[in-house]
Amino acid sequence: MQFARTSLAVATAVAAATLLAACGSGFDDDGDDAGSEATGATEGGGSLTVMIGSSGEAETVAVQDATSRWAAETGNEVEVIPAQDLVQQLQQGLAGGNPPDVFYVSPDRFRMLAEGGSLYPYGDQIDDADDIYQSLRDAFTYEDELYCAPKDGGVHALVIDTEAWTAAGLTEADYPQDWDGLAAAAQALTADGRVGLAFTGDYNPVGTFMLAGGGFFVNDDQTEVTADTPENLATLQYIKQNMDAGTFAFAPNIDAAWGGEALGSGKSAMTIEGAWIVGALQNDFPERQWTAVPMPAGPGGQAATAFTNCWGIAADSENQAAAVDLVNFLAGSEQQQTFAEAFGPIPSRASLADWNAETFPEKAAFAEGMDNARSQVAVPGFESVLADFNTQLEGMAAGTVTPEQALQTLQTNGEALLAQE
Amino acid sequence: MTATVTRKASADRTRPVRGRRSSGHLRQERRAGWLFVAPAVIVLVVFLFAPILMAAWVSLLDWNGQSSPFSGEADFVGLDNYRNLLVDAGLLRSDFMLSVRNTVYYVLFNVTGAVVVSFALALAVNSYILRGRAFFRTIFYFPAITSSVAISVLFLFLFQGAGVVNVVLSWVGIDGPSWFTDPRGVLHIVLSWFGVDGAPGALSDTTLGGLSLWDWLSGPSVAMCTLIMLTVWTTSGTFMLFFLVGLQDIPVELEEATAIDGAGAWQRFRHLTLPLMRRSVVLVITLALIGSWQVFDQVFILSQGSPAKTTLTPAYISYVRSFGDGQFGVGAAVAFVLFAIIIVLTLVQRWVGRERRA
Repeated sequence: MQFARTSLAVATAVAAATLLAACGSGFDDDGDDAGSEATGATEGGGSLTVMIGSSGEAETVAVQDATSRWAAETGNEVEVIPAQDLVQQLQQGLAGGNPPDVFYVSPDRFRMLAEGGSLYPYGDQIDDADDIYQSLRDAFTYEDELYCAPKDGGVHALVIDTEAWTAAGLTEADYPQDWDGLAAAAQALTADGRVGLAFTGDYNPVGTFMLAGGGFFVNDDQTEVTADTPENLATLQYIKQNMDAGTFAFAPNIDAAWGGEALGSGKSAMTIEGAWIVGALQNDFPERQWTAVPMPAGPGGQAATAFTNCWGIAADSENQAAAVDLVNFLAGSEQQQTFAEAFGPIPSRASLADWNAETFPEKAAFAEGMDNARSQVAVPGFESVLADFNTQLEGMAAGTVTPEQALQTLQTNGEALLAQE
Repeated sequence: MTATVTRKASADRTRPVRGRRSSGHLRQERRAGWLFVAPAVIVLVVFLFAPILMAAWVSLLDWNGQSSPFSGEADFVGLDNYRNLLVDAGLLRSDFMLSVRNTVYYVLFNVTGAVVVSFALALAVNSYILRGRAFFRTIFYFPAITSSVAISVLFLFLFQGAGVVNVVLSWVGIDGPSWFTDPRGVLHIVLSWFGVDGAPGALSDTTLGGLSLWDWLSGPSVAMCTLIMLTVWTTSGTFMLFFLVGLQDIPVELEEATAIDGAGAWQRFRHLTLPLMRRSVVLVITLALIGSWQVFDQVFILSQGSPAKTTLTPAYISYVRSFGDGQFGVGAAVAFVLFAIIIVLTLVQRWVGRERRA
């Protein structure tokens, strides 16, 4: 017994020492090398790690295939790490000075990473960058410098249950063009146990309505909060009126986790989602007949929120030249077509718009109007402010918060955050 | 009482030994002692004390988590994070106050619920009349060894608007709420039955930490109640074991003696079992108290603080502020305030539950 305990203690000590050594190795990086000069050689022999926030097996396999094809061509090695929680794992890598070389970056986290000097800005090295939609490039531009190549992109669209649509006596000519048309269609589609339009009750779909209403959460360069404006108030009042009429609803209020579930389960006849709904409907609700049309225009014209991710390259990467080469391969037209076929993202290149519309007619609407789109707010810390706005929206649906109060709270919280910057 | 006496006797025995300082044999023994505890001490220092000190340092910084916090790149902001959290009116303080309110109710109901349920379970599986006691002990312990993630997902399905629970309730004519999306506080609901729908003036005008007294007195929301049911169910198996050990230490002779003296079941429980179980009860309350202030994983999986932030907890705020907003200093400050709350409450609870000398 005595012996067993001693050996256990020794084993613990050894394990602890090993762990320490492993943890410690991250902290000895020698400062900031985020210059414009790329580190490492372009050709051969390098090894890269690519961390992705994968939507599933299909995406992981597609990225692995693509990177190994590139690796075979160039003589490099690539390891793809599908992160369980990309935000957290990436943050750990950065804090430890040992980040992956290439990783997904979403617009709402982009500015935090760019400000923190964690991203290597390689916008000037992207092949044919002008071909990438302007709104997507804007999402990854900080202080007039494009930092990374958008890997895909798409906007919110109005997704319609076509069976319900025809059953209500509507035709393709009736697809709503403006907000009045949307309200009328929602009314026609509302039936017992089904609302006309349901969408996730958070800031994303509401932000899309705000854009069409001629407003948004922040101004163009994201330096001022523009929440409490007459345009936004009119937008919220429009939503509120239709909710009171029982023709619009937030998905959680009709017992659906998100818009896709509301539409798929038949609890709503229309919803507002991005291209990710395609796969979800195919998997979970294969019986549902649907189509997607561009968002109807509001008082401020036709507009929607754009969703995208880019291939970020770490400022601490020792192999930036090879990483840029890999990203140019992955974000090139040919590879984006392969990805679109494999797991369904919408290409970020305008030159592929026609190909996308022909090959995947059901996804065409998610790529239309990319030029009028805006991406999510990128101000660091805005996540908590918008999370609070979600709570205000919940209150608005429940009737405890007025649209005015919701916008005023958002304005106050947003201004307080920007004042800290 | 016997225990105290023994401890005193053994203390008396060691004292003169400690007085004589030298004796090579003793020194050797002491060195061996240190050697044997060294791995544990090293592990504690490296993985517990050092990280606590590092986190304390981080809580004084404006650190975005993208460099080493000890490299001097992050700005030192002193107590600003704590000030934003506790003093200055703003989103952070109002979120934090809401989370403290939610957690106070969570702790209150969760600790009471867990103690009562696990005590009852322990009494049941300890009674001589129950057949298949080993079987029941095992199944009551089952929730404790199942992953909390799996259980949370299970509860998500059970408590859906059209889920099993509401279907069962509808059989007896009850129209169940949509559990996880109902932000109404249960105290507010109960008050509304008696015609108190809005806040009385005095309660809505007086604020504590930026939150009106009426909001402080909301009670846990319906969604939070679901969360409480979940944790009571999962933790009571473990606490049942603590109680079971205590119950089995009660000498059978005492129970027989009280039975002969004519005490009924309730009197036996009230005047024999409960006093002898004091230590177990104090232990379980302490553990439940500490565990429930730190509630995170169920919130993370089930609700992310919604509906209307009524399931927001300090631990979840700490996570969201750190990883969501990149404000690791704020996250660390939240963690330290939480730490302080837990220590104070544990001390209070130890003081209340101390053994009083006759």
